[in-house]
Amino acid sequence: MSDLYAIKLTVNGAVVEREVEGRLLLSDFLRHELCLTGTHVGCEHGVCGACTILFDGQPVRSCLMFAVQANRHEIRTVEGLGTMEHLHPLQEAFHEKHGLQCGFCTPGILMTMIPFVESHHNPTHEEIREALAGNICRCTGYEFIVDAVQLATQKMHAGMKIAEASIANAIQEKR
Amino acid sequence: MSTKVIGQRIKRNEDPQLLTGQALFTDDVQLSGMVHAAFLRSDHAHAMIKSIDTSVAKKRPGVLAVYTAEDFGDYWHVGPLQVPPPLAIPGAVFNARPLPPIAKDKVRFSGEPLAVVIAESRYIAEDALADILVELEPLKAITNLEKALEPGAPLLHDDLGTNLAADVRQEHGNYAEASAKADVVIKRRFHIDRGAAAAMENRGFVVDWDKRSRQMNVWSNCQAPIPLRNTIAANLGLTASQVRVITPFVGGGFGPKIMTSQAEDVLLPWIAMRLERPIKWIEDRRENFLATTSERDQIHDVEIALTKDGKILGFSDTFYHNTGAYDPYGMTVPLNTHTHTTGSYDIANFFTRVIMVFTNTMIVTPVRGAGRMYGVYIMERMLDIAAKQLKLSPVEIRQRNLIQSNQFPYKTGIIGQDFVENILDSGNYPATLQKAVEMIEYDKFVKEEQPRLRAEGKKVGIGVVCFVEGTAVGPYEGARVNVDGTGKVTVVTGISSQGQGHFTSFAQLVAEQVGVKVGDVRVITGDTGHFHWGAGTFASRGATVAGNAIYTAATKVRNKALDLASKVLETPLEELEIEDGVVRVADIPQKSISLGELATRANPMRGTIDPNMEPGLEATAFYGPPHGATGQGAVAMIVDVDPETYAVKIKRFVIVHDCGTVINPLILDGQIQGGVSMGIGNSYYEQIIYDGHGQVMNASLMDYLLPLSTDMPLKMELGHISTPSPLNPLGAKGVGEAGAIPTPAAFAQAMENALADEKIEILQSPLSQSIMWQMVQEKRK
Repeated sequence: MSDLYAIKLTVNGAVVEREVEGRLLLSDFLRHELCLTGTHVGCEHGVCGACTILFDGQPVRSCLMFAVQANRHEIRTVEGLGTMEHLHPLQEAFHEKHGLQCGFCTPGILMTMIPFVESHHNPTHEEIREALAGNICRCTGYEFIVDAVQLATQKMHAGMKIAEASIANAIQEKR
Repeated sequence: MSTKVIGQRIKRNEDPQLLTGQALFTDDVQLSGMVHAAFLRSDHAHAMIKSIDTSVAKKRPGVLAVYTAEDFGDYWHVGPLQVPPPLAIPGAVFNARPLPPIAKDKVRFSGEPLAVVIAESRYIAEDALADILVELEPLKAITNLEKALEPGAPLLHDDLGTNLAADVRQEHGNYAEASAKADVVIKRRFHIDRGAAAAMENRGFVVDWDKRSRQMNVWSNCQAPIPLRNTIAANLGLTASQVRVITPFVGGGFGPKIMTSQAEDVLLPWIAMRLERPIKWIEDRRENFLATTSERDQIHDVEIALTKDGKILGFSDTFYHNTGAYDPYGMTVPLNTHTHTTGSYDIANFFTRVIMVFTNTMIVTPVRGAGRMYGVYIMERMLDIAAKQLKLSPVEIRQRNLIQSNQFPYKTGIIGQDFVENILDSGNYPATLQKAVEMIEYDKFVKEEQPRLRAEGKKVGIGVVCFVEGTAVGPYEGARVNVDGTGKVTVVTGISSQGQGHFTSFAQLVAEQVGVKVGDVRVITGDTGHFHWGAGTFASRGATVAGNAIYTAATKVRNKALDLASKVLETPLEELEIEDGVVRVADIPQKSISLGELATRANPMRGTIDPNMEPGLEATAFYGPPHGATGQGAVAMIVDVDPETYAVKIKRFVIVHDCGTVINPLILDGQIQGGVSMGIGNSYYEQIIYDGHGQVMNASLMDYLLPLSTDMPLKMELGHISTPSPLNPLGAKGVGEAGAIPTPAAFAQAMENALADEKIEILQSPLSQSIMWQMVQEKRK
């Protein structure tokens, strides 16, 4: 079990090089080798979704992958979203709508929903619930999470509209 | 006058840390030289231990040590009993069998620890578990509650000669006389099974013994840090001050984390002192399903005696309660059943008896709702059955029996989990029911919508129930509030926090009194190095019991600040006001002094102070209620049942609740919704299934169904009524378990109503699609 494999990957924009055991779970690698403890582990069976990260932009369960499988790939964890001073719009919406209680499942839910909020401008509650259905939250009953996700899409969409408008204005002014 | 902060819908202080992955949970603690523990657990539910050979495991590279019960020598001991027996109840029989930290000679439930490995990594520790050779001689297991008491049943505790754990009877009035006078007496038997607490974070424990400073630091996600500190110190012969228990952020509690006598609590501190290495243990999900604690299994034989008008004359309940293999948590759960059965109703004659039984299953301790749901379930079901028989509507029969507002304080004559008589302190029970009925538009649904939908072939049903939630029991909690030279405030209290928003609601209590921003109040919970008095977070008591201590301490600090400011500003007290971190003269705002400056003056480094003065802008206070404060409410729901699959859509869910003074409505809504989601799980999805050999058949989140976002109603409709409790300065009552308590009863009524033409009678909980299908098939035979 002591065979080590050299891996090189990008985590939250930084290149990381390490030697790891073949059996080391990606979740343990992130948490205990890189000290990115924002990714939580709730079941190690891939059911609860707490350990969800973005793997080449797609949400995956980090407890169901080995660290060696991340070699030459790009990973984003909750630490790669906003900071405490500058929250990502999705994080901000969770704060606004009380979308978290104990907060243990929250990083996994945020990472699951990032591609969703980026690609959906005005989702229905049913669509949001469907997207959330792979993540378990024991505290909230989900309703405020759904509200938060919807608010985030509105904010991000509005933000884009503003950005688009200002670009259009800038182009107009140049002319 | 200070700004009103209590009652404001304020966003939580703790969110940014949690949302960015910067919050410290127990498994995030990393210490230099830290090693890892893993437990070998019994596959058998009942067996004699013949031998455990750890020699091969000890030789595995990276393994530091392996221990069995024998290796702990004289240190091995059972217990302590965490909750004392209910001696306050006359004639109570209680056979104490506290938890052994690790099995010795005999195994009594599947998952009981047999050995513990300490290794350089968790991976190596788990490898070494496979190296341990265990020889067990299996015994016949007993899991059935009634059969456990039959002669010849396998005995869990041979020295006891019986599987009877306790037998406690209480009677208020005289049920036999009442039933003799009744027009109608109805008898039924109920079986209630329950599920796991299933916090998303499993248990965790990190211990670090510093030999040179003779100091032990423990990080644990337990709900009772001070009792844990006391237990560890007593076990090791240390003074309490040598042990500091820190509960960092905790990923949900819901009950089982109240335990302070599990294997890790008892064994790992001892091992850490011997190995002189910090040790971490994190429970995995399978261990959580097998060997933490859960709450389940009661069989009730119930009788209700009524007049023909539906007025309850008496109620009688004799029930078996499964305590699992041991009873370290006393009788909290079944005593909650005793005090919650008559619930919202005025019942003069009530008999209740619990027969508590040992079985080869994991131990039973409170899980959100903690025995209350059982009492509410049987009463509400019996009212439904009586209503049908007497041709009354479910709403009518309840209205006729509710305790009226002029009857408070209402003495129930029944002793509760806090060993004093359960007295309902205040409320407006008819109003909560009325509001729920109005919100769900009960009459309109029954008269117009239901007939129309039924005509379309839809199976839609409505349920309306009432409930009480006994909360905020003693003994007491305390707090210390301090303003320092920066003008910022720190409040410390002994209870730990598992997501209830204490970092904000407690800050609000202080902010209002001391006149600072909520964001400028730092709340520290559950760190015995900061505050070492208190009992813990259980029975929905944090916001009320700790909250009142905090509020009182903050009031003292306010008075201290005003007194000092009055001297400094040479102004009479009554002319001063405190706001925005400043004490000022009301009419001359420029004549002022900041709290920071006052704090510095209250703590001079030279000179003299008033001999009667305690230094600093600081105060400590305690609050202990004479008995619990009782919240109350009503739930109404409409279900739509698929007639083929029995899949259920909850079309509407209304909950009206009275928890007295509300500190933060946002947090309150979250607590209610979370409780309801657990109640929905307990109604239709969650059930720990044991087979006859004592094996859990669904010990993973794949097989044990927790409600998902798609299982919940789209929108919960919340109604609040506020009747402040006269028991405490804030007027608060707890709310943490509210949603979980009434939901299964409302769900059962709605299901029965939806499937009215099948004429089924639901006498069990939880239900499921297959249970409903089976029930209908049986009835059709």
